[in-house]
Parts: sequence; C-alpha cells; structure tokens
Amino acid sequence: MLPTLEELKAALQELLPGVSLTMEGGSFLVEAKDVTAVCRCLKETERFGMDYVANLTAVDYPPERIEVVYHLCSMHHKHGPIALKVKLPRATPVVASVTPIWRGAEFQEREVYDLFGVTFEGHPDLRRILMWEGFEGHPMRKDYVVEDQDAPHHS
Amino acid sequence: MTTAMTTEPQLLEVSLGPQHPSTHGVFRMNAVLDGETIVKLKPVMGYLHRNHEQIGEHITYIASFPFTDRLDYFSAMSNNLGLAIAIEKLGGIQASERGEYLRVIMAELTRLVNHTAVTGFLLNDMGAFGTPLLYAFREREKILDLFEAASGSRMMCNYVRPGGVREDVPEQWLDRCRALVGAYPRFLDEFEKLLTANEIVRQRTQGVGILKKELAVNASVTGPLLRASGVNYDIRKVDGYSIYPRFEFKVPLGTVGDVYDRYYVRILEMRESLKILQQALKEIPGGPAISPKGMAMGKAPRTFRPPKGEAYGRIEAPKGELGFFLVSDGSPQPYRYHVRAPSFVNLTILEDMCLGRKVADTIIILGSIDIVLGEVDR
Amino acid sequence: MVDEGLKSELQTEGIYLTTWDQLVNWGRRNSIWPLQFGLACCAIEMIATAASRYDIARFGSEIFRASPRQADLMIVAGTVTKKMAPQVVRLYNQMAEPKYVISMGACATSGGPFHTGYNVLKGIDRYIPVDVYIPGCPPTPQALLEGLMQLQQRIKGQSFGQAMDKKQGEYPIPEFGTAGLEPRYTPGVFQPPTAS
Repeated sequence: MLPTLEELKAALQELLPGVSLTMEGGSFLVEAKDVTAVCRCLKETERFGMDYVANLTAVDYPPERIEVVYHLCSMHHKHGPIALKVKLPRATPVVASVTPIWRGAEFQEREVYDLFGVTFEGHPDLRRILMWEGFEGHPMRKDYVVEDQDAPHHS
Repeated sequence: MTTAMTTEPQLLEVSLGPQHPSTHGVFRMNAVLDGETIVKLKPVMGYLHRNHEQIGEHITYIASFPFTDRLDYFSAMSNNLGLAIAIEKLGGIQASERGEYLRVIMAELTRLVNHTAVTGFLLNDMGAFGTPLLYAFREREKILDLFEAASGSRMMCNYVRPGGVREDVPEQWLDRCRALVGAYPRFLDEFEKLLTANEIVRQRTQGVGILKKELAVNASVTGPLLRASGVNYDIRKVDGYSIYPRFEFKVPLGTVGDVYDRYYVRILEMRESLKILQQALKEIPGGPAISPKGMAMGKAPRTFRPPKGEAYGRIEAPKGELGFFLVSDGSPQPYRYHVRAPSFVNLTILEDMCLGRKVADTIIILGSIDIVLGEVDR
Repeated sequence: MVDEGLKSELQTEGIYLTTWDQLVNWGRRNSIWPLQFGLACCAIEMIATAASRYDIARFGSEIFRASPRQADLMIVAGTVTKKMAPQVVRLYNQMAEPKYVISMGACATSGGPFHTGYNVLKGIDRYIPVDVYIPGCPPTPQALLEGLMQLQQRIKGQSFGQAMDKKQGEYPIPEFGTAGLEPRYTPGVFQPPTAS
C-alpha cells in the first residue's frame, strides 16, 4: 500500500538529508540537481519499489519555466502513481536523464527533447524522434508558429 | 603469379520500411546486418506524427474524443474510455451504473477485436498468407456491426463520454451481443485448432524474441507483452477502475516470454474477456446511460470547466497501459494534453529482442509487440 | 459502326467484333492491382475491403503488390505527413505507367481533421496528380469500392494511343526544410486556393 504523501515526504527527507522536497498539488517538487538521487532512492528502497516510469512528459509555462513531470509506479507492490515535478528555466532547460535508472524513459525523454527542447544529460542517444533531423524549433512550445502551407512557395 | 583473393565480411545497412508489407504501418527500422543476422537495429518513427497533442490544446475536452479514436485505430472505444476516465478524475464526475456496464462491454468487445486482428496479422507476417487473417477479419466484421448499430460508425466510434456513454444502445442490441458472445468460443476453438499445436507456428515462434522479466519491468513495458514474460500486472486488477472489481476473471501469464507465449496469452485473454462479457451482459441494469453531470448529447460542451489541477488517468487498453495526462487552468480547453501510448514505450526493447536473430525473426517479433502507428506517433 | 444484327450473328458463330481501345481498356480496368500502401486508419478499411466480406478481388484487384514496379494503382490511405511525403512521391515515380492514384479519406485529400498541425501535409495532390478523391473519415468499404468503380469508368473512356503517348515522367521530390517541405507544392500539379 502506498504511504500518504506526507509520510513519503518524511521518509524521503530522512533517507536523503541534503535534498529539499516540497509538495504542490498532488505531486512532489524536486530541484533539478536532486533528480537522480530522489529517483534512485524511490526505486531502490524496498518500501517504495518504484520500478517503472509510467509517464514522462513536459509542460510549457512561458515566459519563465518548463516543467518536466514524471509518474512513477511499482509493479512489484502494485501501487502508484507518484507524480514528481522538476521546474526548469525556459531559456536553458537542462536536467539529468533517468534512462540509466529506468530504461523505459529512453524514448519518452527523446520525445520531450524533440518537442520541447529539454536537454537530458547522460541520455545514451539524445536526438529527435518524431520530427526529421534538420527541423528547427520545438513545436510543442506555446510560442511556436505553424508554417502556412498555402503561402507562395520558395522559388 | 596469382594473388590470393581474400574476402572480408562487410556489414550491410538496410532500411526496413517505411513502406513495407509487414511493418504494421509507416514504421522504419534501420538495420545493420551481418549476412542475415541483425547486428544493430534502430527504430525510426514520426512518419505518422499528426500533432494530436497540439490539437488537443486548442479544442475543448469533448472535441478531443474523435481524435482519441484515431490514436489506436483498432480499439477506438478503449481510447475513448481512457480519456473519459482522465476527465472524470480531473472534474470529479461519477458515471451512471448503466453507463459503466455499457463501457465495460464496449471495452471488452474491443479487446476481442484487437487480439483477433493482431493474431491474424502475426500469422500473416509469418507467411500464412491470408487465411488466418481472413478468418480473423470475418469475426471482426460481426463485432463491427454491433459497434455500428450502437454508435453509427464501424471504427471511429466516439461513443464513450465522461459520465457514461453518449446515448443508450438500440433495442435488441443486448440480445445480439449475447448471441455473439455465445458463438465466439466456437470460433476461438477453431482458430486454436489451426494454430496452437501447429508445428510451423511452434518452430517459428518458440524461443524467438525472449524478453526477460527484469528487463521488461525496467523498460516500462505493459500489456500482453509484459504478462507473457511472467509479470502479473494488469491495470484492471491493480487500479480497479470503472466496475472491473465486480467481475471475476483471471490474468493469464506466460513463462518464457517468447513470441509463442505472447500469442497464447492473447488467446487466453480473449477467453477471459468473454467471461467478463457474459457477466456484464447478465447484470446490466436499466437506468440512464449517462449521469446528469456528464457530457451528454445536446449539452453545450463549452460549459465544462474543470477546476485547476492535473490528473493522470490510465486504463488497460488491449495494447498496454494507455494513459492521459491532463493539466487544466480552469478554461474550457486543456492547458496540456498528453497521451502515454503503450506501443511507443513498448518499442524501447525492440532492439534488445532482435539482436543476433535473422531478419525474418525481426518481422515476427515486431508483430508480437503489437504496435499501431497512430499511437506510436500520435 | 458495325450493324448490330451482323454482330449478334457473328457472335453465335463465336466471332466477336470490337475496337482495340475497348479491348485494352476492358483488360486494364478489370485487373487493377493496387500497391500495398496504407498510412493510417484508412488502411484498415482498405484491408477490410480486401477481406472476405467486401472482397475487392471480385473487381479485379486480386492481389495487393508490395513492390511499386508491379502495381497499377496507389491508394493513398491515411494522413500524409511532411516526413512521409517525399517517400510517397518517390514511390509514385517508381510505379510503371499507366498508373493511377486514389486519394482515400479526408486526410489524403486535404489534411483532414489534422490539417492545423505542424507536420501534416494538406493533401497529397500538392505533389502528385490524383484521379479519384474519396471523402470520409474513414470511408466505408462500400465507398472505396464506389471510388474504384469511378476509376474503372475513367479508364473505360481513355484512348489507348493517348495513354501510351502521355508519359508523365518523374515528379520532383520535395526536400526537408527547417519548418516544412521545400517546395510547399509542385507548381504544375497544384494551385493554392486564392483569397477572393
């Protein structure tokens, strides 16, 4: 049975003393530099056992930040999901990759890189996955302008 | 003077797809081959990227339902159900009793359609050119007739809504459904007699594309692919969404995790779906097909403004865990709308399963993962 | 031309009179082999049309060929994205003449429900000539068969000499640009709608 969010927060603070965790809505807010430590702790601690990342995506909040959202579940204990959020500056969104911890994040992080422009350090193969190489821009950002296909063609 | 001729092996780089009879859509695999053996395999996708999520941000919640039909275009009703559950979580809507039963019946019929068609396609990939596929499509047509009677469309049904279903089924629909569910086991027996003990099927699928438990869990694999590797994780049992806790059904598991196990797990899941259908058709109550707070037909969709917040709703779609992540800022359109597609995530371990095998095995392994490009690319 | 009475008398003897055009067009239109080329959801309705219930084989499309060199008809079934468009044009160029294109569904005709997107091409007729457009999302198998019959009517009216002379040549393949395809459409093939 998954402990309540307050119990989770208390347990995590005990296991990782240097890390600051806040709760926002129903999810945990983590600093970008602590992502690897928190995720590894959630995976390897027997009581939580978060052995798979169900969902990894990003939300764009112009002009200041992009948030990367993780939903983690446990197949072993059959509980979850826990939502983790990381707030990144919109100009240079960089965060550590969790692919070394969970292989399932590989394609999902590539998609976030492609569509939002977030760089994941430590990802084995960070390149565009849905758009073609040579496409410029990050289409899911709120300020992306779609080209007008009926405009006169380049001559 | 003669010079000795030496031959050095060279690796051959081949692109399988995007136009290929067996890639289940516009999917491309860049394979590096040593003779006929796969040395490296990189999947390339995005050929059907139809920016479903960007469209979702500009239209209202209810207007997204026809677009969810086109995600996994084999199981339209299931996709609708996933979005409906996510919106119900976001907005705190409770579905009506009859609506819940109708939704479960549609979802399990969709599971039958999907697994039958996938088995037919898998056999087609193996070289049984046409016959199992045509048998499968014959049964699929019977179920599609039921969908057309209920919702007006064979494939893109757009039928399930938050709060229940769009409208009640016509008269005698339930009787026709009962007749179909009664006749289906005979078809499954015939299908199994042709395939399960078939020597060619066994030789081509047993021991091929083995996926170990630990790798499957770590790679976020879900659905029949995961259960064939022996992991007991079915979201219908784990989350107990909708009214699934009321029904008795088993979760079939495989042992080895090869292509044969995946095929057989799907056949067994079809039998369990028939059990659920029989129970649901017996217990279905009368009453309204949609709750008063739900998005019924005739009510203006712009009036639905969920409170600010986020919700992640997930269901056990026929292909795996289908999740919808919604962020609301109080307006009629979602601020962020994300689809967690099972086929996309399941493709992570395609390369691992194919290394060291021949090209022909790769086609079968891809067929057993069961991908649909509408979902992979969204 | 030839007196009908004479024709029927000769037929009883086993002698049939026709023109070269009629004979060739009869053979051509009753044996159109499509290319196995499904893009998206419409492809499933195409497969359902080829399955036992709707059976496209009774119209002559016995087999869907996997290689473009062996196919007569390309049914563009599904959304054409900008990433996929160059491959579609390449496949069209590789088909042997006479070749035909059916644009099946709303997406292949004009972008369909997804037309506002950054990766969706607003219709394949921007780069290759289309013979028959079939609306629907997806068109039912009956609609696809109706489209096929319309194509057969068109072939019936073709003149054999004209068809041999009308070599279409290679259509230019668009390239990937930074935000879309370059050129946005092939000028000889497509004219954008003018605001009037």
